Amino acid sequence: MALIRDLAAQFVEMVLVLVLAPGLVGLVRKTKARLTRRHGASVLQPYRDLSRLLRKEVVLAENASWLFRVAPYLIFAATWVAAALVPTFATGLLFGWSADLIAIIALLGSARFFLALAGMDVGTSFGGMGSSREVMIASLAEPAMLMTVFTLALIAGSTQLSTIAAFMNSPAVGLSVSLGLALFALIIVAIAENARIPVDNPSTHLELTMVHEAMVLEYSGRHLALIELSSALKLVLYVSLIACIFAPWGLAGAQAGAAVLLIGVSAYLAKLTAAGVLLAVFETTIAKMRVFRVPQFVGAALMLGLLGTLLRFVSGSF
Amino acid sequence: MSLIVLLACVAALLMTSVLGITAARTRVGTPIVYGACLAACTIALVAALAQLLSNAAVPTLVLPLALPWLGAHFRIDALSAFFLVVVDLGGGGASLYALGHGTHEEAPHRVLPFYPAFLAGMNLVVVADDAFTFLLCWEFMSLTSWALVMAHHRDADNRRAGYIYMVMAGFGTFALMLAFGLLAGPSGGYAFEVMRAGQHGPLIAALVLTLALLGAGSKAGLVPLHVWLPLAHPAAPSHVSALMSGAMTKVAVYAFLRIVLDLLGAPSWWSSMAVLALAGITTVMGVLYALMQHDLKRLLAYHTVENIGIVFIGVGLALGFKANAMPLAAALALTAALFHVFNHSLFKSLLFFGAGSVQNATGERDMEHLGGLIHRMPYAAFAFLVGCAAISALPPLNGFVSEWLTFQAILLSPAVAQWGLKMLIPGVGALLALSAALAAACFVKAYGVTFLGRPRTPVAAQAIETDRFSLTAMFILAALCLLAGILPGFFIDALAPVSEALIGARMPVQATDPWLGIVPIAASRSSYDGLLVFVFIGLAGLITATAIHRLASHALRRSPAWDCGTPDPSPLTQYSAASFAQPIRRVYGTLAFDAREQVEMPPPGDPRPAVLRVSLRDLLWDWLYAPAEGAVRVTADRLNQFQFLTIRKYLSLVFGLLIVLLLVLAIWL
Repeated sequence: MALIRDLAAQFVEMVLVLVLAPGLVGLVRKTKARLTRRHGASVLQPYRDLSRLLRKEVVLAENASWLFRVAPYLIFAATWVAAALVPTFATGLLFGWSADLIAIIALLGSARFFLALAGMDVGTSFGGMGSSREVMIASLAEPAMLMTVFTLALIAGSTQLSTIAAFMNSPAVGLSVSLGLALFALIIVAIAENARIPVDNPSTHLELTMVHEAMVLEYSGRHLALIELSSALKLVLYVSLIACIFAPWGLAGAQAGAAVLLIGVSAYLAKLTAAGVLLAVFETTIAKMRVFRVPQFVGAALMLGLLGTLLRFVSGSF
Repeated sequence: MSLIVLLACVAALLMTSVLGITAARTRVGTPIVYGACLAACTIALVAALAQLLSNAAVPTLVLPLALPWLGAHFRIDALSAFFLVVVDLGGGGASLYALGHGTHEEAPHRVLPFYPAFLAGMNLVVVADDAFTFLLCWEFMSLTSWALVMAHHRDADNRRAGYIYMVMAGFGTFALMLAFGLLAGPSGGYAFEVMRAGQHGPLIAALVLTLALLGAGSKAGLVPLHVWLPLAHPAAPSHVSALMSGAMTKVAVYAFLRIVLDLLGAPSWWSSMAVLALAGITTVMGVLYALMQHDLKRLLAYHTVENIGIVFIGVGLALGFKANAMPLAAALALTAALFHVFNHSLFKSLLFFGAGSVQNATGERDMEHLGGLIHRMPYAAFAFLVGCAAISALPPLNGFVSEWLTFQAILLSPAVAQWGLKMLIPGVGALLALSAALAAACFVKAYGVTFLGRPRTPVAAQAIETDRFSLTAMFILAALCLLAGILPGFFIDALAPVSEALIGARMPVQATDPWLGIVPIAASRSSYDGLLVFVFIGLAGLITATAIHRLASHALRRSPAWDCGTPDPSPLTQYSAASFAQPIRRVYGTLAFDAREQVEMPPPGDPRPAVLRVSLRDLLWDWLYAPAEGAVRVTADRLNQFQFLTIRKYLSLVFGLLIVLLLVLAIWL
């Protein structure tokens, strides 16, 4: 019985992130439009875009290889599995222990690896440019993320995300310097990894500054739908990750009843909305950076993460 | 029993080597020699595996060879057995690959006699149980591999590689000889058994550690002793490159473990600091050097340097934990290092095989002349992709598991007592994290430029798929990479006897886990289940593909590439290896390589093309090796005068020296 309940919870979680992901993107776009006094498209527009893309034919470059056609499925699967392992409304997921936080980062790394390869497959200069810049940014963002994980793991005594979330929700955790550093680093990494302003601009095409959009330039139809859905999932993943570590309020425990779960779900929805609005406000108030300023921005996250870890090594009270 | 079988295999290899001299010029020489090597390595592999897994008594043997009062001691303990597995698995794979690849060799008489001897040498080093036999076999291994590096000696680059390799190998053996001399002490107990029983003071321990780092480190490729490695490994034929990168560097790791963790006795914490600092620098410098290369085999060789760094980080952590009496953590760190040794031998051999196949198919190693090979060589391209993903530490493949274990070991280290280690280990962790991300960038570049995109030259456009033997060898290694990634528990359990012998503790038994995952310390702390992750990704991908093909459009149309509406037909407009690495060069290169870019833009109206010049300096070479080389040259020039003296001057020199020596004696006594 318990197993069925756990399976159901895990399944609901997997479907929930998938369903909510385009909505979050739509919310961010809508808020940004309102902030710049435009009317903007409906919050549901990303869902319509996806269904339109799924119904369209795929226009494939003549020299695209099998890797180009398989990559969207691999990227989507890896991102989805990673997103399903992050506690959204409840901790103690059935399969949460199959991959800890380091493995979740590595799963996202797998998705990026194949995306960068797909960008190089057709052999256009835009694709190569996107891939080359993406791996440059990732070469700083991924270690920054790992150092943040180190800090959190040293605070909570575990790299299991469920355990960390449960610890952060308990009274045992207090304010500490390293936690603040980790939060800062994690937010910078989240901005860089999700190709948001000021690192990359998700709403431009054909700009020499673009990174993510240049890689997926050759994709169309259902392939593009999968790629778009994966990036939306990645945004939800990072928001859930920050929420479950730094704002674990309302997170249901492992053996919670229906009422607590309901509270968990509504708290989660509220957190997503708040994060979406905050992201939109942040993006409207700041300008896009030059590509070679990005390493300094993301490098700051790496240094903050390293500092946080170092502080935890020096003393458990920082 | 296993020792006898192994020595018989070594004897068979040596005889094959003799056979190689005569058979090399006949047509059947290649299949006979490589077939015999494959058989010998397979038998040796089975014997070593049986010894490692059966927990049988440690076999020893003394043969009346070498020094008459010492004899040649041989022994297979758990550590030797594990490294025998690595060497013979690599050797077997390389021999199978060479059955196909070797037929393309233009000078088989320069390869066939030395190849089996090289394999024999590596096997013998690992089972040697006294200093004399060890050094003899070590030097034999170096010389045979040097002969293989010089197989294509008409190329000036290869001759230079061979020369530098010779110098560095001699230096390494010299350091090891001194280390063994110090361990043996004044009584001259050269058997490892005697050394193990001896007590060593802190000064001796520090000296031995330094010498072991110099001797074994120069063979393994620790920065700054790595200079020969990226020159020599690519110069040899590809199956030998695979062996040198995949197996010989591991024999060097074995030598270091044998000396520092076994013979030297209890380690002290500062030895861990020295190893960790060198290893951290090695990982990042190795991968940065690799990223700057456009020769596929040289890129792989530089990347070996990075992986050796990761292995040594594990070893350094194990030393630190052992010195702090934290046996479980030490067992975890050592297991991580050994597992990475095994994993690296798998995927680096696989990648070198792939590079060799590319070289056979196109005659090119320069990535700037390749591209689009995934269409012409689909199977080799697939196997190479698995190797790239594994070496980039992507789950669910094996490279990720050993790096994950190393990270888990780092997370245990706030409990160490010494401030030096407390401050150093987070930094090393950051370097490891940095190198993991850079490795992925490096292999996106290697794969993307070589196999994807459009062919950059006609030879790349007309490449043909590689032969069956090569493909079989590559697919076996790729399958092992996946297997070690999704069922790591069995491999970790197999390493337990090694850590029990060296540390006195082992990681918890993993194979009893109901879901076949791994739990290094406790389930609440950390766990990883490669099998479940693999199944999840597979299922998620399958469900998505089925759903999309049921519900969404099937339509697919081929058309010219979009490229923002302005596709350029010239393949030269693609991103090349150099342009791919440019952002990374700008971020890290100024610090690591003193990289400079210079643009010469002619004034308007001037028809000359604009020129972009990029200069990279190998700072280690300029600061360390160039002065040393200069000093040797100047000294040699000065001393050269002594060759042209008159007989009177020689006699007076001898007389003067005699007086000086007598004076020294008189003062001394």
